Amino acid sequence: ATEPVITGRPLEHQLNMQAPVTGIAAYIYSLHNWMMVVCLVIFIGVFGVMFYSVFKHRKSLGHKPATFHESTTVEIAWTIVPFLIVIGMALPATHAVVQMKDTSNPDLTIKVTGMQWKWGYDYLKGEGEGISFLSNLATPRTQVGEPGIAPTEKRTENYLLEVDNPVVVPVGKKVRLVLTANDVIHSWTIPAFAVKQDAIPGFVRDAWFKAEQVGTYRGNCVELCGKEHAFMPIVVKVVSAEDYTAWVNGEKTRMAALADDPNKVWTIDELKTKGDKVYAANCVACHQANGQGVPSAFASLVGSPVVTGPKAEQIAVLLNGKHSGKYPSAMPAWKQLSDSEIASVITYTRNSWTNKADENIVQPSEVLAARGK
Amino acid sequence: MTSSTIDHTHDHGHDHAHDHPVGARRWLFATNHKDIGTLYMWFAFIMLLSGGVLALMIRTELFQPGLQFFRPEFFNQLTTMHGIVMVFGAIMPAFVGFANWMIPLQIGASDMAFARMNNFSFWLLPPAAILLAASFFVPGGATAAGWTLYAPLSTQMGPGMDMAIFALHIMGASSIMGSINIIVTILNMRAPGLTLMKMPMFCWTWLITAYLLIAVMPVLAGAITMTLTDRHFGTSFFNAAGGGDPVMYQHIFWFFGHPEVYIMILPAFGIVSQIIPAFARKPLFGYASMVYATASIAILSFIVWAHHMFTTGMPVTSQLFFMYATMLIAVPTGVKVFNWVATMWKGSMTFETPMLFAVGFIFVFTMGGFTGLILAVTPIDIQVQDTYYVVAHFHYVLVAGSLFALFAGFYYWAPKWTGHMYPEGRGKTHFWLSLITFNVTFFPMHFLGLAGMPRRYADYAVQFTDFNQIVSIGAFGFGLSQVYFLFFVVLPTIRGGKPAEAKPWEGAEGLEWTVPSPAPFHTFETPPLVK
Amino acid sequence: MSSPHSAPYYFIPGPSRWPMAAGISMLVTMAGASGWVNGTAWGPGVCTAGIVAMLIVLYNWFGDAIGESESGKYGERIDLSYRWSMSWFIFSEVMFFGAFFGALFYARAISMPWLSDLDHKVIWPDYSGHWGNIGPAGTVEQFSTMGPFPIPTINTALLLTSGVTLTIAHHALRAGHRARTALFLFATILLGAIFMGFQAYEYHHAYSELNLKLTSGIYGSTFFMLTGFHGFHVTMGAIMLSVVLYRVLRGHFTPEHHFGFEGAAWYWHFVDVVWLGLYVVVYWL
Ligand code: HEA
Ligand code: HEA
Ligand code: CUA
Ligand SMILES: [Cu+2]
Repeated sequence: ATEPVITGRPLEHQLNMQAPVTGIAAYIYSLHNWMMVVCLVIFIGVFGVMFYSVFKHRKSLGHKPATFHESTTVEIAWTIVPFLIVIGMALPATHAVVQMKDTSNPDLTIKVTGMQWKWGYDYLKGEGEGISFLSNLATPRTQVGEPGIAPTEKRTENYLLEVDNPVVVPVGKKVRLVLTANDVIHSWTIPAFAVKQDAIPGFVRDAWFKAEQVGTYRGNCVELCGKEHAFMPIVVKVVSAEDYTAWVNGEKTRMAALADDPNKVWTIDELKTKGDKVYAANCVACHQANGQGVPSAFASLVGSPVVTGPKAEQIAVLLNGKHSGKYPSAMPAWKQLSDSEIASVITYTRNSWTNKADENIVQPSEVLAARGK
Repeated sequence: MTSSTIDHTHDHGHDHAHDHPVGARRWLFATNHKDIGTLYMWFAFIMLLSGGVLALMIRTELFQPGLQFFRPEFFNQLTTMHGIVMVFGAIMPAFVGFANWMIPLQIGASDMAFARMNNFSFWLLPPAAILLAASFFVPGGATAAGWTLYAPLSTQMGPGMDMAIFALHIMGASSIMGSINIIVTILNMRAPGLTLMKMPMFCWTWLITAYLLIAVMPVLAGAITMTLTDRHFGTSFFNAAGGGDPVMYQHIFWFFGHPEVYIMILPAFGIVSQIIPAFARKPLFGYASMVYATASIAILSFIVWAHHMFTTGMPVTSQLFFMYATMLIAVPTGVKVFNWVATMWKGSMTFETPMLFAVGFIFVFTMGGFTGLILAVTPIDIQVQDTYYVVAHFHYVLVAGSLFALFAGFYYWAPKWTGHMYPEGRGKTHFWLSLITFNVTFFPMHFLGLAGMPRRYADYAVQFTDFNQIVSIGAFGFGLSQVYFLFFVVLPTIRGGKPAEAKPWEGAEGLEWTVPSPAPFHTFETPPLVK
Repeated sequence: MSSPHSAPYYFIPGPSRWPMAAGISMLVTMAGASGWVNGTAWGPGVCTAGIVAMLIVLYNWFGDAIGESESGKYGERIDLSYRWSMSWFIFSEVMFFGAFFGALFYARAISMPWLSDLDHKVIWPDYSGHWGNIGPAGTVEQFSTMGPFPIPTINTALLLTSGVTLTIAHHALRAGHRARTALFLFATILLGAIFMGFQAYEYHHAYSELNLKLTSGIYGSTFFMLTGFHGFHVTMGAIMLSVVLYRVLRGHFTPEHHFGFEGAAWYWHFVDVVWLGLYVVVYWL
């Protein structure tokens, strides 16, 4: 498919804001341009005078100093005129603020949860109600590289701007976001929509947008949230009403299929294969690919008593999180993951690297049983 | 030490304290405002270099996308410590150093009001710096929560966070004592006849700055104390689970933080207001309105703090209130800019280095002021909040503002401090190098920010590469310019050079130029009479 | 224009080792405190050593200052300097308390209604905010709040009385009645000590009977931090007054020249006023 006119991400050598796709974004775009013009005019006026003086009123040109040092009229004038200019700027801005704050009557409400370091989305109201998923960075670490280790893969144009599960919304519909966070403050933004709202743990804030063009729009977490702050992008796909319905149906079937059959018994290999993927998506940022964590920052899983000891404890840690105090940050709770995901990743860690736990397999049914305990 | 013994001896040993102390004792036990001022300035300069090295590490990592040199958690430590070191270690102490040297000389006082406490204010700074430096080496490293130390990220940090908190407490205590000293000196020790409205503008701006400091440093102390108890003693100030609120931290912090940025610019305005008239050979235009404008900026600075929080999701009325109040600050600041230009108008100007830096200051600071105004507009701020646009804004006002004014002040007063003229050609070179590399470094950040590059990012989208490379190259150029300043201007000027006259600048006014250069150890032991 | 009195126009002390020593003590204290809060074995010891060092330094430093004052080096101007500085120091303390009062106000008037509004039902379905609750997450143990009776009210009376006794002492000092000054000064300190005793009892009561702790959510946080910092300031004020009492007994003060007394008195009144704020805002509202 050909790229839409609006790429929904920054362009190379871009000098101004990203192309707007909502009414408010367009309004802000022109408001900013207009303010730039006003500032430029003042700037040229003030510095025109100053540089005229700098070049003409020099001692080396024999210019004799004047002696004036005040003029009440002039001073009052240049207090009042800027005051009026500032009011002229504030009025259109007020209009935009009032609009941005009006989150009433949405067609679709989506709950956004910031987490270290990914986003969770729950469709609360409107078509697609009940859909729920996590959205992780999709750029492979092999493109990022590590200190001392060069990246082994070429970076694409969506480097750090791509996720595994984008948010999908219908075009031309008012979408209300309610935002919160699990651990620390994150901030959700799509520049093309002119939406930026902090996600604050324990609190709920809202924002809205109505995208007017089909396309894929990208943003980043914009509140410092710890080490992977740069690695939790946001992608919103705006699609036509039909495509949206199709996506919703697909999502519903996917979720139905995903809903674990608690009675299914998995083989260890099935669990390890799935666990590998879950680990790469969720755990590797802290515990690292080699499982050894980061000294004095993130726990090592290799030989860890939790990972090699009784499995009940590890299940509890994954479901509820843990703050031992030995490391600055806490292990977050992972209860949003499905039973099979938790079971598989535990099984994976118990059989990887040099780990050989006695209790080396965990079934989804055990995770289900441990939930809510 | 009991007082009764002293009662009897009526103490004459101390009369000789007025002698010129020498050696280490002179510096360690200093009670002389000039010596203490010198200590402050060296401390600040070392901090500038340290903070600069941290900045250069940031720029090294950001030269390319990907992670080349530092893990992201360490990168965040670099950003955080760069901010803290520059704000609390470099800019603020540098201005206090200027205050120490110049305020007594400008008002005809023999010293600061509390000479021993003055030295205590200084000797609190190295301990704070030691704590900050040491925090890099404790488990978990230095704090990586940003210089704003937002909760609840601050709760996740290791012991480095506590060391930063205690360091900030110490520096806060230092600032409060320093401010009390400055206020009392100015209010109580002016030479007879020197009424407040005759006082040099630098003293005025510092007087108002000192009030800002004693009003807001304790509030910062309160905020980080709450952080400390949330971290270790189970309080819930910033924890919603216990009924607290992370955003409350931001309110308290910015109630301090916004006045703080004016603390870093008002003395700069003062320095520039001394220099422009001197080299225009014309009195400062609108002296009274300068004073009122400074006071208005200070007062307004208490009611604008939440412009740093437009994206936290405040009610619409708060957003509007804080937008209007913030935009108002453009008015008194504009008055200052216009007054400076009017002072230059029809003057008889020469452009020695101090004047170059002062004019450069007006030019580049105003650009930073305009971006500030654009940030003040809530909807636009929401687009660029926490992007490099903000980083560009505050380096325009802090580096080209505060730092350039400090350079201007150095060139202006160095003859008085050292007794030598600085090498003029090199001074000019330093100016042009700094001005150009500064803009190469920070101008492209506006584009990056508008296009959406977030700040505090260890890695970024490939589309931002080219501008980031320009920025990094500029940063090294700017850093090298400051090394040039140290080795080719500052040190040679201290060691020797053309002897300076008592009043090396034709158009300069003020009591400081009535004493010889270098200023003798003791000046104005009997106050001069000002007509 | 030099002063006709024996005091110099403005006395500037010579080099002194105390400021730097105080800086080093502060470093030791804070390094120790950093270790302490992180549970290291050396933390408490180092921190205490730093505080002790600081006290020694202050003892000597103030000793020097008192000596200079007593030897007539401080003219009127220095007296005025001290007045200015004490006023602005107290102002900075007001701002420090302001941060905590502000936190209390914000938590009650803004955060709590917010946490319990309709939107927040998404994350806290059954939270209804009223002041003195356990917070929305159920992580805080149930506790009872502290009312104004009887202890805080008694304490208010105590502090108000102490303000009066202190003023009587001041009048006596100005009239040159040393014994009377000492007596009422002593009464003031005693009232302060009784206040602290009641305060300690109240804390004990809170912990053992009300289950009200520092960890009792935002209520406990603001309650203990506000009253705790106030108590700390009462202690500081009482120490200042004790030094003043000692100096009164040594005859350091004259009816005209006694800023040491007045500075401490201002501080005491400030502590008093803060208490009135606390009494209304923390206990009544
Ligand atoms: C010296 C420091 C300094 C100074 C002087 C200023 C000055 C101003 N600042 Fe800035 N600011 C910072 C330091 C400073 N700032 C820092 C450090 C941050 C980031 C903190 C962080 O998050 O880490 C910040 C962030 C910041 C923000 C938040 C951005 C964000 O995070 O989203 C905002 C928003 O309103 C803002 C606004 C302003 C305004 C309106 C001024 C005004 O005072 C500017 C006034 C000046 C002028 C306007 C120019 C001259 C005037 C004229 C020539 C008159 C005519 C003009 C007109 C009528 C338009 N600043
Ligand atoms: C107060 C003043 C101040 C000053 C002067 C500076 C100076 C500089 N700053 Fe600034 N900066 C801040 C205050 C300041 N900064 C603040 C408050 C933040 C926000 C922090 C946060 O987000 O929490 C910030 C953040 C910040 C960022 C964003 C980081 C991020 O978001 O991740 C960047 C990125 O480029 C940057 C760059 C620079 C550069 C290149 C300089 C240059 O001007 C530096 C020039 C360099 C030197 C002066 C060094 C010279 C020395 C040498 C070359 C070596 C010599 C060696 C020896 C002597 C052995 N700074
Ligand atoms: Cu999440 Cu930054
Ligand atoms: Cu601000």
